[in-house]
Amino acid sequence: MYVAVKGGETAILNSHELLAAARRGDERVPEITPAQIRQQLRLAVARVMSEGSLYDEDLAALALKQAAGDQVEAIFLLRAYRTTLPRFGYSLPVDTSRMALRRRISAAFKDLPGGQVLGPTYDYTQRLLDFSLCEPSASPLPPRADEPLAEAMPRVSELLGHEGLMEEELPLPGDPAPVDLSREPLSFPADRATRLQNLARGDEGFLLAMGYSTQRGYANSHPFAGEIRMGEVALEIVPEELGFAITIGEITLTECQMINQFAGSSTVPPQFTRGYGLAFGEAERKSMAMALVDRALRAAELGEETTAPAQQPEFVLSHSDNVEASGFVQHLKLPHYVDFQSELELLRKMRNRHEGRMKVGAGGTAPTEVAAEENA
Amino acid sequence: MNTIAGYNFAYLDEQTKRMIRRALLKAVAIPGYQVPFGSREMPLPYGWGTGGIQITASILGRDDVLKVIDQGSDDTTNAVNIRRFFARTAGIATTEKTEDATIIQTRHRIPEKPLSEQQIMVYQVPLPEPLARLEPREAVTRKLHALADYGLMHVKLYEDIARYGHIASTYDYPVLVNGRYLMAPSPIPKFDNPKLHMNPALQLFGAGREKRVYAIPPYTKVESLDFEDHPFSVQRWEDPCALCGAEDSFLDEVVLDDAGGRMFVCSDSDYCTTRQAAGHTGSQSPVAKEAA
Repeated sequence: MYVAVKGGETAILNSHELLAAARRGDERVPEITPAQIRQQLRLAVARVMSEGSLYDEDLAALALKQAAGDQVEAIFLLRAYRTTLPRFGYSLPVDTSRMALRRRISAAFKDLPGGQVLGPTYDYTQRLLDFSLCEPSASPLPPRADEPLAEAMPRVSELLGHEGLMEEELPLPGDPAPVDLSREPLSFPADRATRLQNLARGDEGFLLAMGYSTQRGYANSHPFAGEIRMGEVALEIVPEELGFAITIGEITLTECQMINQFAGSSTVPPQFTRGYGLAFGEAERKSMAMALVDRALRAAELGEETTAPAQQPEFVLSHSDNVEASGFVQHLKLPHYVDFQSELELLRKMRNRHEGRMKVGAGGTAPTEVAAEENA
Repeated sequence: MNTIAGYNFAYLDEQTKRMIRRALLKAVAIPGYQVPFGSREMPLPYGWGTGGIQITASILGRDDVLKVIDQGSDDTTNAVNIRRFFARTAGIATTEKTEDATIIQTRHRIPEKPLSEQQIMVYQVPLPEPLARLEPREAVTRKLHALADYGLMHVKLYEDIARYGHIASTYDYPVLVNGRYLMAPSPIPKFDNPKLHMNPALQLFGAGREKRVYAIPPYTKVESLDFEDHPFSVQRWEDPCALCGAEDSFLDEVVLDDAGGRMFVCSDSDYCTTRQAAGHTGSQSPVAKEAA
């Protein structure tokens, strides 16, 4: 006897309860707070803010707690919340040359004005599990520099720009306002501002793999890490009633300027080209990968052959968003039995036809011929 | 009215609803044409009906009665979840009765009962571009639509016949709307395609992840692609529904054991229960079994 599937709502509510219990874990262990996540898992928070397209450390920490540490789920939570927020206005472009630097390195020059600043980095840690972290300990006071860093440090790209060795990055004629991808659908061909916006909220893992592929021969861009800088920049808006810019706060950014070779053309002398990456928080892997992909996506505009996946804007931009990708991959969990039934019916029909032909084949036609036709 | 504090009626803000309604008006004016719209992240995942949810949210009024089905059934978990979402965020009345609903949001089916001019169908669409599997580049497919150049699709259908003896599409079967635009009817079984044609109800299609809406206005010609010598046909079952005896509905196959035992029942749960309530029986009905 067929039992109709009923009681879906109760089952859903019960699964919520199970989820809450699983999130909490063993109650003998103290519950984690968003404040702890914000302070002590800051890199996880940064990624959620970047790909969630919302700079709010408290909400990102809350999302991480609610998602039990699942980054993509936390990003989704933040995005869904972000949709409901009113849009008050747009900030002025941030000026990263006036960034209060905590880290700034260049792999293209041994030394440069302002110097190399390592800052807090995992780069030169030896990856040995530190068992002393199992127990709480007082954090040591970090060493202080003898003198403060220069207030403004020129970007490496500008140093080369003076000689004309670096392509200039100028606003498009008329300096058009960029598309707001969170309000308007992505359409093709997409200009660079739109592409960068898409990459900035793109999945770090996806960008990493795409960027990596350009280093392994799927595209060929000869990258140098011209400069990576991380620190705080002021965010300014111009309220209509005031008519001048006011600072509304500061955000942490990681910026990567990748320098790439370019042979030039009949109209342009040989010069370096650039790839650009920018992400919220401390996000060096993300911004470097983004810069590689940005440069690869410029292949067509620079007259390069486009053969690799990372050079195809539709391929990259349509698949970079992990909220979209995660939803669509996982929608396969939804029932598909109507479609499956339709396929079953067709498959049975085709097999019946095949069997009929095989019988005819035994009576005269060579079976191999039938089989060949079926497999054609 | 019981709605969640802090959220607007039917979740979306009025500006967003207006933006979506504008896109819908354009879609109705150009039947079958995919209109790009600023699809929002919804609190349900992309691919789980966000396009349909955004359309429903933007056309829903306080007096509307909403029915949500998935695979033809009101009881599947995702249908339950979406119905609950609107009951919570809009406090509107919901129903499982096809004839009582003013808006029916659906995934993969069209109800068996005929619809009326007073009703709106909202389809959840995963992939709005019927040519996507043949040409993944959107810049190219837009051009093909502009030129009404659908040769690719005809060749695909022809190759199916040459290879398998049949057109191998059984769901999301391509249709030509109003003699102009090739359209993906969403993954409804081709069994439902004839219901798209000259339907008195307004039919709206929403693809949230792909950020497109499109529409079939009431009483619009919708043809399923075919060839003169291979006319379009729909699935037929040898058995009637085992619960209500219907011979004209789409049937789901229910596996009863691991020895090949199976039965066929209506996928449209409202259609089936209405027929059972009216006294119709099938081979597995409790009544029929008692009588036996």
